[in-house]
Amino acid sequence: MPDGPGLELLRGEIDLDLAGAVLDTSYAKERAVLIVDAGRVREVLTWLRDTPGQGYRFLSSLHVADYLPAEPRFGVHYEMLNRERVERLRVKAMLPAEGPEIDSVTDLFPTANFQEREAFDFFGVLFRGHPELTRILLPEDYVGWPQRRDFPVGGEPVTFTYSEERYG
Amino acid sequence: MADQHTSPRAIVDEDAALPTVADLYGELDEDRTTEVMTVNIGPHHPATHGVLRLVVDLEGEIVRDLKPVIGYVHTGIEKSCEDKSYWKVIPFVERMDYVSYFFQMEAYCGAVERLIGLEIPPRAKYLRTIFLELNRIHSHLVWLGTTALDLGAISMLWYCFRERDRILDLFEMATGQRMHTRYFQVGGVIEDIPLGWEERCRSFVHDMPIRVGQYEALLDRNEVFLQRTKGVGIVSRERLLELGVTGPLLRAAGEPWDLRKAFDYLAYPEMDFKIPVGTVGDNYDRYRVRVAEMVESTKIIGQALDALPGGPFIADDRKYVLPPRSELSTSMESLIHHFKLVTEGFRVDPGEIYYAIEGPRGELGCFVLADGSSKPARVHFRDPSFVNLQSFKDMAMDSYVADMICSLGMLDPILGGVDR
Repeated sequence: MPDGPGLELLRGEIDLDLAGAVLDTSYAKERAVLIVDAGRVREVLTWLRDTPGQGYRFLSSLHVADYLPAEPRFGVHYEMLNRERVERLRVKAMLPAEGPEIDSVTDLFPTANFQEREAFDFFGVLFRGHPELTRILLPEDYVGWPQRRDFPVGGEPVTFTYSEERYG
Repeated sequence: MADQHTSPRAIVDEDAALPTVADLYGELDEDRTTEVMTVNIGPHHPATHGVLRLVVDLEGEIVRDLKPVIGYVHTGIEKSCEDKSYWKVIPFVERMDYVSYFFQMEAYCGAVERLIGLEIPPRAKYLRTIFLELNRIHSHLVWLGTTALDLGAISMLWYCFRERDRILDLFEMATGQRMHTRYFQVGGVIEDIPLGWEERCRSFVHDMPIRVGQYEALLDRNEVFLQRTKGVGIVSRERLLELGVTGPLLRAAGEPWDLRKAFDYLAYPEMDFKIPVGTVGDNYDRYRVRVAEMVESTKIIGQALDALPGGPFIADDRKYVLPPRSELSTSMESLIHHFKLVTEGFRVDPGEIYYAIEGPRGELGCFVLADGSSKPARVHFRDPSFVNLQSFKDMAMDSYVADMICSLGMLDPILGGVDR
């Protein structure tokens, strides 16, 4: 992982090329996080991937977390990995509660395909430009975004009620 | 009676010429041989290693397009985890990838420990390493048995499951359960290994490389197996990296990437082991890499048993770890801690963490988001089967259906982990 000062240096370098794309940084539990402007996440990821000396070329994981009741509410996490320097870096983009939308990165990192579909499936985050943004784990006709924090556990109607009707 | 059961042989004129294909079906037109047909395979099909559905476009027997359809065993484990206190999540996450349960436990417990800054004692690190490597062998044995079965080598299944049973016996002796053991705790492991366990484990470590040699003797000179695997399902290293593939699949393509070597976790930095890599990246290399990994895992277990340190097997932090049972009848303080931990569970300060380990199928990552309460606000698993499945289309494209089944076996997806 880049350490605290390393993260600030990295931010400085990004600011030289992409002014204003990085909104904030955080360094906690030995994990470095870049919080970026949701509209410019593709620029930052491309910069991290292609700039000589950076080489965060491997996207380990893409997932979404719901920070209810905070606003902006959704965080899209890109766990970047630099395999040469063995460093991890998390890039995080925050999205509003109403109509969360972000550019897809499937063309930059083909591995994001399934993971963006999963994020759409469970949180209703729209990935603009995704080749096939459909539900992946839930049925096609499912209504609702079950991993959101305001979706109740047990909010699913029971389909098979034979035992309940018969034995009460 | 005899008249009713006239032998069919009697009514066949044995001298008549056999009918040709044209007699039976008419002349085949040119177009029919190039017609592309969409075929559905699964979700309930023995060759898909779980509840995987494949929609395949076939031209004759050649696969021209392929789409995996998943979600048939989705059980909402990640959502359920949000409704359980931290220590009650452990049995849930074990059931995602149901043949590598120790890895799920380590990913989750390790993530929570890093979130609360809890250091685990050296003995716990070694015990966890031993159980993880036993589980890796177990997982590879299940893979080898079932995949060889797909290729017609039925006896391999029995031999592999015989050794797998010895591992399950070891799990049962130490933890009380054969599968889904709930052995790892936040802070260490739940109890020490019993007397006599080490001896049995050593005897297994002694036998396993011999068994692996026997598996190789059965398969490596088997012409059918070689022809079915060599040069089949090749995907380049660059493409695999783009697709986020990790684990034995990536190593078979020649990329020596293993999180056990790259990152510092558990007792792996002190262990002396090699990372097997392939050269071509075909199904044969995938088989060789996994078989060689089993031998390397036995080396790790042997070294860890030799160097197993004494001392406590779980951290002594009463805010997170249950006090010893013996203290409950004498110490009020311990009783209060016990009560708090069992009823409410421990609280974790707000924070988020992504912790990844090398599972049997690749990078197994666990993301935990804590909001300050006693329940995690989000538990997400980056499951290697789920991500690796994206490379299946590249592996099976323009090959025969039979080779597609072989590639699927070598991909080794566990659908419980894919669907979660």
